[in-house]
Amino acid sequence: MMILSGDLPRSRILNVLLLVIIVALAAAPFLFPGAKAMNVATKICIFAALVASYDLLLGYTGTVSFAHTMFYGIGSYAIAIALYSMGPSWTAVAVGLAIGLPLAALLALGIGLFSLRVEAIFFAMITLAVASAFLVLASQLSWLTGGEDGRSFQLPELLRPGTVFVKKDVFGVAINGRTLTYYMIFVASAAMILALLRVVNSPFGRVLQAIRENRFRAEALGFRTVFHLTYANCLAAVGAASAGALNALWLRYAGPDTSLSFAIMLDILLMVVIGGMGTMYGAIVGAVVFILAQNYLQALMGIASTAAADAGLPLLPGLLHPDRWLLWLGLLFIASVYFFPTGIVGRLRELARKPRH
Amino acid sequence: MTDLAATDALPKPKRDILPVLLPVILAIAVIPLIGSGSSWATLTVASLAMGMMIFIMASGLTLVFGLMDVLNFGHGAFIAVGAYAATLVLLPLATWVQADSLLLNLAVLAPAALLAMGVSGAIGLVVERVLILPVYGQHLKQILMTTGGLIVAEQALYALWGPQIIPLPLPTSLRGSFIIGDIAIAKYRLLAMLVGLVVFLGIQLTLNRSKIGLLIRAGVENREMVEALGYRIRRLFLGVFMVGSGLAGLGGIMWALYREQVHASMGNDLTVLVFIVVIIGGLGSINGCFIGAILVAMVANYGGFLLPKLALVSNILLMVAILMWRPRGLYAVTNR
Repeated sequence: MMILSGDLPRSRILNVLLLVIIVALAAAPFLFPGAKAMNVATKICIFAALVASYDLLLGYTGTVSFAHTMFYGIGSYAIAIALYSMGPSWTAVAVGLAIGLPLAALLALGIGLFSLRVEAIFFAMITLAVASAFLVLASQLSWLTGGEDGRSFQLPELLRPGTVFVKKDVFGVAINGRTLTYYMIFVASAAMILALLRVVNSPFGRVLQAIRENRFRAEALGFRTVFHLTYANCLAAVGAASAGALNALWLRYAGPDTSLSFAIMLDILLMVVIGGMGTMYGAIVGAVVFILAQNYLQALMGIASTAAADAGLPLLPGLLHPDRWLLWLGLLFIASVYFFPTGIVGRLRELARKPRH
Repeated sequence: MTDLAATDALPKPKRDILPVLLPVILAIAVIPLIGSGSSWATLTVASLAMGMMIFIMASGLTLVFGLMDVLNFGHGAFIAVGAYAATLVLLPLATWVQADSLLLNLAVLAPAALLAMGVSGAIGLVVERVLILPVYGQHLKQILMTTGGLIVAEQALYALWGPQIIPLPLPTSLRGSFIIGDIAIAKYRLLAMLVGLVVFLGIQLTLNRSKIGLLIRAGVENREMVEALGYRIRRLFLGVFMVGSGLAGLGGIMWALYREQVHASMGNDLTVLVFIVVIIGGLGSINGCFIGAILVAMVANYGGFLLPKLALVSNILLMVAILMWRPRGLYAVTNR
């Protein structure tokens, strides 16, 4: 069995794009040393992995889940609560992972067995209901989760910014615990995406795609579709929980807004659709486009909004206000579902295929 | 097997009354737990009123799913749009709302409710044509499209009205309660129950006693056959979608008055509640939706009184319990 999948990007432009992204992320601490830029780079890594795990569900099995942030949150909170209550040690990190990941898998198993037997639409509704109940629980059980304030915690010694490995005068950038944390996240995310690529290109992944195309026929061929769907659901949940754990380690905090809110769920949906469903590479492209837009487009919209207000135009300042950027992204989302259901990656692959005809 | 002569009456369909009894059983079962009769009566009336409001919001969703096989994840947007549209009447005419005269109060509430339904219905028309028409029969894309619609609608409301909460006081003559013995019944809850019953009866009569209703029910059973008989089912779809959206708008303004505030996020919050209700009732069933709404409201009210901590997840527990009993909801619609 091969360790890597043979599923390549299959488009020259996409190759170049991915290469640029990966090189830029790998060299991010040296190329963009600012605090904001580092946050953006980390968020791209984490969300690329998170969205890839969501793509396993949405893109490869065709089931819409609204509970992905719940699993993301479970991972975040598990790390946060473990480090908060046991103190900053590697044992605490291990305990957090050992509790969080199986818990996510178990919950996914429960939801899957309960609602994947029937239609996809049913699953979507149930996951939405369960996820919203979980959000309420997390913000109410304040003795455990810290309620609305969430839980802040300290990292193990090695990962703290105070731990300097290489002084600033060597490379012009100090290499400290923060840099190490970033590379840990980078490697973990890359490993997760490669693992997911391997999963979708295995015989198991082929069955998932068969279920997506026609569940009835897949069942007629003798595949236990409920088993496969539930298994995929559990894998996606573990992926999301791992991404959540990484997020908590970077932020040194877990709270309802950063790890559980419905807004994150919408972000994931937007990223996977804009990047390209059912491609895995779409997760990387989607995360980069979305997070760059989120962080830098808003500034541009602010300028446009004030310009429109100065020109005395009605309504436009409100529509262009930086807080309203989701409005435009939502429109983009609808347009891309309608016109480019395969997203950026699918589009690039089509372009690459055309000349041969 | 017995032989049936042509003149014999058709065998009566079996009536399934167990779900109907469920709220009654629940209401009786909690009497000893609550203890005081007057609190029980107040809670029961509160649950019925809340249930009616939820029913009004959810009925459109279940109707649309039953007929068109379209699950509108953006249904909550119509609820919020209706509430905001009503503020266009209620806020400028605040003096009438504050006047201590039932006539003046109703004179401003009625146009507000009509406007809420009108605006939601009109937006429903646009949504059906633009978002849903291209993706008929594709569940995955429907979910994505309507979720996108929900994002856009919520953001548009923020852009037009701003992110602040708009307070919406109840009209003066609907404040306070009737006191019967030691039972207090809030006036607005009575009104909500009345409107809910009217809507329920209206839907029932239309579905069961009119030609349009006959076509809708036939469409639910077999869409192609209705088309083959020469009826333009697309137009019927559009009509049902608009009515469903309009009902969501009506529910939105009623809920906003009940909470005495309007906020763009209400659509999002209520979507979950409404989904739970239609799942419990059985996707596509109006009767199930009615009972489901009352059950959800009862569990919320009784639960909130007895075990406040549990009330947070009571909806989910209720849903799980019902689905364990009947995996497709209280009244499963046959062909789905």
